[in-house]
Parts: sequence; C-alpha cells; structure tokens
Amino acid sequence: MSAVLDTMPQTSEVSPGLWRLAGRRLLKDRVGMVSAVVVLFFLLIIIASAFGWVAADWGREVGVSYANPSFIAGQENLEAQTMNAAKKKDDVPLTDLSAVDPLAPWYAEWEARTKRIEVTQVERAETLPFGGDKWGRDIVKKTIKGAQSSIVVGLVAAFAAAFLGTLFGALAGYFGGWIGDFFEWFYNVFTSIPYILLVLAFAAVFASSPFLAQFRGVPMVILILGVTGWTGIYRLVRAEYMKHRSREYVRAAEAIGASHGRRMFIQILPNVSHVVLVQLSQHAVGFIKAEVILSFLGFGVPIDSVSWGTMLAEAQNELIIGKWWQLAAAGASMAVLVTAFSMFTDALRDALDPKLK
Amino acid sequence: MTAYLIRRLWQMIPTLAGVVLLLFFLFNWVGGDPAQVLAGKISNPEQIANIRKQLGVDLPYWQQLLIFLKQIVTFDFGRSWSTNEEVSHIFLTRVGPSLTIMVPLLILQTVFGVLFAIGVAYVRGSLTDRIIMIVCTVAMSISFLVYIIVGQYVFGFVLGWFPVQGWSDSFGKNLVTYAPLPILLALFVSVAPTLRLYRSFFLDEISQDYVRTARAKGLTEKTVMLRHVMRNAMIPILTDVAIALPGLMIGSFLLEKFFSIPGLGREVITAVGRSDFPVIKAVTVYLAVFTMFINLAVDLLYKWIDPRVEFK
Repeated sequence: MSAVLDTMPQTSEVSPGLWRLAGRRLLKDRVGMVSAVVVLFFLLIIIASAFGWVAADWGREVGVSYANPSFIAGQENLEAQTMNAAKKKDDVPLTDLSAVDPLAPWYAEWEARTKRIEVTQVERAETLPFGGDKWGRDIVKKTIKGAQSSIVVGLVAAFAAAFLGTLFGALAGYFGGWIGDFFEWFYNVFTSIPYILLVLAFAAVFASSPFLAQFRGVPMVILILGVTGWTGIYRLVRAEYMKHRSREYVRAAEAIGASHGRRMFIQILPNVSHVVLVQLSQHAVGFIKAEVILSFLGFGVPIDSVSWGTMLAEAQNELIIGKWWQLAAAGASMAVLVTAFSMFTDALRDALDPKLK
Repeated sequence: MTAYLIRRLWQMIPTLAGVVLLLFFLFNWVGGDPAQVLAGKISNPEQIANIRKQLGVDLPYWQQLLIFLKQIVTFDFGRSWSTNEEVSHIFLTRVGPSLTIMVPLLILQTVFGVLFAIGVAYVRGSLTDRIIMIVCTVAMSISFLVYIIVGQYVFGFVLGWFPVQGWSDSFGKNLVTYAPLPILLALFVSVAPTLRLYRSFFLDEISQDYVRTARAKGLTEKTVMLRHVMRNAMIPILTDVAIALPGLMIGSFLLEKFFSIPGLGREVITAVGRSDFPVIKAVTVYLAVFTMFINLAVDLLYKWIDPRVEFK
C-alpha cells in the first residue's frame, strides 16, 4: 500500500488539434460566418434546382416578350405589344371561293376533326416577378438555373484541379529525384503558356475532338478547367510534401514498414489538407468566374442550357432597348455569390493559419 | 552572370520541347480530323482526302512533328483554315491594335496601383483602410462582363463621350478616340485586385526592421514610405508587372470582342470558335517562347535592382 497520495490533478482533455482550433476561430469570425451562411443559401438553392424542385421549367415561355418586372409594370413594352397585335385575328370576312376551290368539300369534315383536338391556349403573363427575356422566360428561374450551372461547374472543376494538383504534387514532392524532375518539367510546360490561351487552346481541341464527343456540354467545361488549373495547387502541395517527407513521424512509419502509398496519402496528406482546402476554395471562386466568361463567349454550356454567362450575353443586346433586368439579375446574384465565397475563403484561410494574415 | 544566362537558356530547351510536344499532342492527336473541320459540310471523300494530303495529316506522326517544328522555325504556319489569310500576316497586323490598348493600360494600371496602394498602406488599420478593402472585394466580384456592358452603355451610348465600338487605320485617331473607353473600363476593373496585391506587398515591407530603424532615426512617415519602403516593395511589384507582359500580346480578348478592336485576342477567340488550328497553334507557340524569355529577363533584372540577389 503506497503512503503517497495521488495528488496529481486530473489531466485535462486532449489538447485540440488543428481542425478544432480552426473551427473555433472560424466560428468567432463574424464576417466569415455571414459569408458562410450566404454561400450555404446558394448551395441549398442549387441543390433544390438540381433535383428539379425549383426552376425546372425555366425554359417555358410564360411571359410576353420582354415582360416587365412586377415593380415597374407600367413601363411601355413595345415588343409585347407587337407580339399581342400579331395574335389578334383580323375581322375581315372571308370571300366565298367554294365554287373554284378544289378542297372545298372537305372543309366541313376537317373543321369537325380540328374541334376534337384539345388545344390549351397559353395565356402569356404581362409581367413577371423580375421580368422576362426576349422569349418571355422567367428571369428568376433562369437565374436559379444559371446559378446551378455556374456553381456546379466551378466546384467540380475545383475538385478536379485539386485532385490532379495534389496527386502530382504528392508524387513530385515525396519521391523527388527523376519523378520530381519530370513533374517540374511538366509544370514548366503548362505555366509557360498564358492561362487564358491555354484554356482557349484546350477548348478548341476538346470541342472538335472525336474522343471527347461524349463529354459535350457541362462535363467538357469542367474537364477543360480542371486540366488547366492544377498548377497552383501542385506548387504548394509539392512544397509541403518536401517539407514533410523527412519529418520524424514519416520516418517512424517507414521504420515499421509502411509502404510509400500509405505514407503519402494516409500519413502526410491529412497534415497537408488544410493547404489544399484553402486552395480549393480559391480556385472554386476563380473557376466560377471563368465559367461565366467561357459561357459568354460560347465555349461553355450548350445552347439549350442557361448559365450566368449566357444571360449576360443576352443582356448585352437588351440594354440598348432599355431592358435592364436580366443584366441586373445575373450580375447581382453573381456578385453576391462571389463576394460571399471570397470572404468565406479568406476567413477559412485566416482560421487555418492565423500567422499568414 | 554569363554562365547563369547560358545555363538558363540551356534549361529552356526541354521546356520549349515540352510545349511543342503538348501542342502537337493536342492538335494533331486529340483534336478532330482537320480535314473534317475544313471540309465543313462537304462530305465528298475525295475532297477530304485531297485536303488531308495538302495538310499533311496522312503522314506518320513523326513526320508531322517534323513539319510542325519546321513551321515554328520558319514562322510559316500556312494559312488560316477559315479565311485563308496567311497566319504570319494575321500576326503582324493584329499585334498593333492589341498593343495600342494594352501598353497604355499596363502603364496606367501600375502607376495607379502603386499610388493607391501607398496611400492605403499609409492609413493602414484605420477605418478608411477597411472600407476600401471591402469595396475592393465587392468590386472584384462583379464580373468584368457587367462592367463592360454597363460602361459601354453609359459612357458610349447614353453620355456619348466615346464611340461605343470601332477602330480606324490611323494610330493617332485610335489612341485618342477609340482606345480611351476600353482602357478606362479595364483600368477601373483592375484597380481593385492590383490595389489589394500591392497593398499586401507594402505591408510586408513596413513590418520589417529597417523601417523601424528609419523611424527611430527621425524620418517622417512620408520619407520612410517613399524613399525606403517603395524601393523594396518594387521587387514583387515588378514581378507582377512582368508576369502580365505576355498577356499584353494577346490583349484583353474580352475588350477586343466588345469594342470590335482587330487585335490578336479577338483573333484567337474567333479561331477557337471556328476550330482554326493553325492560328491557335502559332499564337500559343510564340507566346510560350515569349513568356520564357520574359521570365529570364525578369530574373536578370532582379540582379540589377537588388545586388544582394545571388544567382545559383
């Protein structure tokens, strides 16, 4: 029996790791939290849109041409007036040509058969919540669907670029030697061509390629952006891997017989993931902006789809005739999303590495 | 210095070879059959075979690669597939307008960027600083497209200060009448990111020890900023300007498209839309070479600016 009382105080709980500390810092950052809420709001909308719960009928022409927004319903709308005038039938009585008309005997029968077919007369709305475009499609629904296109492309392309960049960076940084040299050469080749030119060259080639014909449309944009955007992440991940590969915990893993793959992706990667996460968010913002520009130029989503870029392309011609709502809707929603995402990315970066302010 | 130069030039060769190989792989292998692209709607197999022979794509791959290399060295990429204009002629005539827009733009951008950044760094931490940063973030999230569309509408159409679009044959008229609006809009858009970047460079310098020494010596804040901090911050600023230089050649393709400026950027866009491979290949190869030489020149410039820099 020991005469020494156990006077040691109860040990406190495990000291918080990087992620827990970062999470705490992030929650305290008010600007970051507000931006996160805005981004989450957008994400919920695009999930709902992707499943078809909202804006699934964005392509239906529910309004008159260039329908006014509800809040300025009184504004003159010449296009709609022309459209309505064209639909009205003239009240001129038809002259009777049944004596010379060879088809005259059949008119009565055809009239009867036509009456049996159900025709729903679509009543086109005079005003829509935020106006309509040239064909009378609802701007609000188009904005939501466009948000889905642009954001999905941005996020998935960022993941693709991050995947490639991390893979290449890990291989180059961990192994060094000739593998590292090969990837360095590859990196130099990609970065010696100006980024815009690289994207356009890939766009030109992929669009005309028979191999990639199945990828037409949104997957092609994602492929283009992913394949050209890996260089930034590669650089950082490679530097991190070079730092970590000679650390003690990796040496210890090697001593107990862990394979290269295990060391690279199960030991080191979790310690590098905060860098990758910040880069991923920054690239997502950049790719959303790039997708808008690509769609604007016609190299993005296919014609039957809508994206913020295509909306801006249409808006260019509409502004001259005074129809500003499509430009406002696409421009404003994009501005809000990109601002919120950028601020959230900044907050994330500050939370994960406060020294780097 | 000479040894460094020679070594760098020597190291450029594998990268150049890589660029050539990448473009060759993309355009001659992944890309669609150029004969199909050229023939367009013509499905006469004889005609397509004839075009293939003319373009040399029925040769084995290594011969095609040699042809590509020869084209690069002799500056002769043949003719555009859509307009039949010689690619070298396209290059020579389109570079002028691109530079007329981009060179004044780059100069003004750097000057204003540095001025504003110094101003903001001077009042760092204050409310002005924070407000300006937030305004910059918001300004950066509005797409360039929106700025151009609205700017064209307001300044060109409504106010009538500048022509909405256009270009002329005389350099003077271009510079005075047609260039100002695109330059102004691009300047407006570039101020925000440039300001943020240069401000971070200045703040990095201000936190250094030598600034504390200068203040302890009794220099005014203005002298500290303009004489000491500015010089040291110029290095990363110069890198940023140098990185932008290759972009000068292709111009801002969006500006050129909107304002109907016959520059190289617009040429590339139309070439991509029409799958006009020779033009794209030529522009990409020469710009890659140009970028490599600019990087080398910038590294040499460092040595002149900062004598402490050692060449490895």
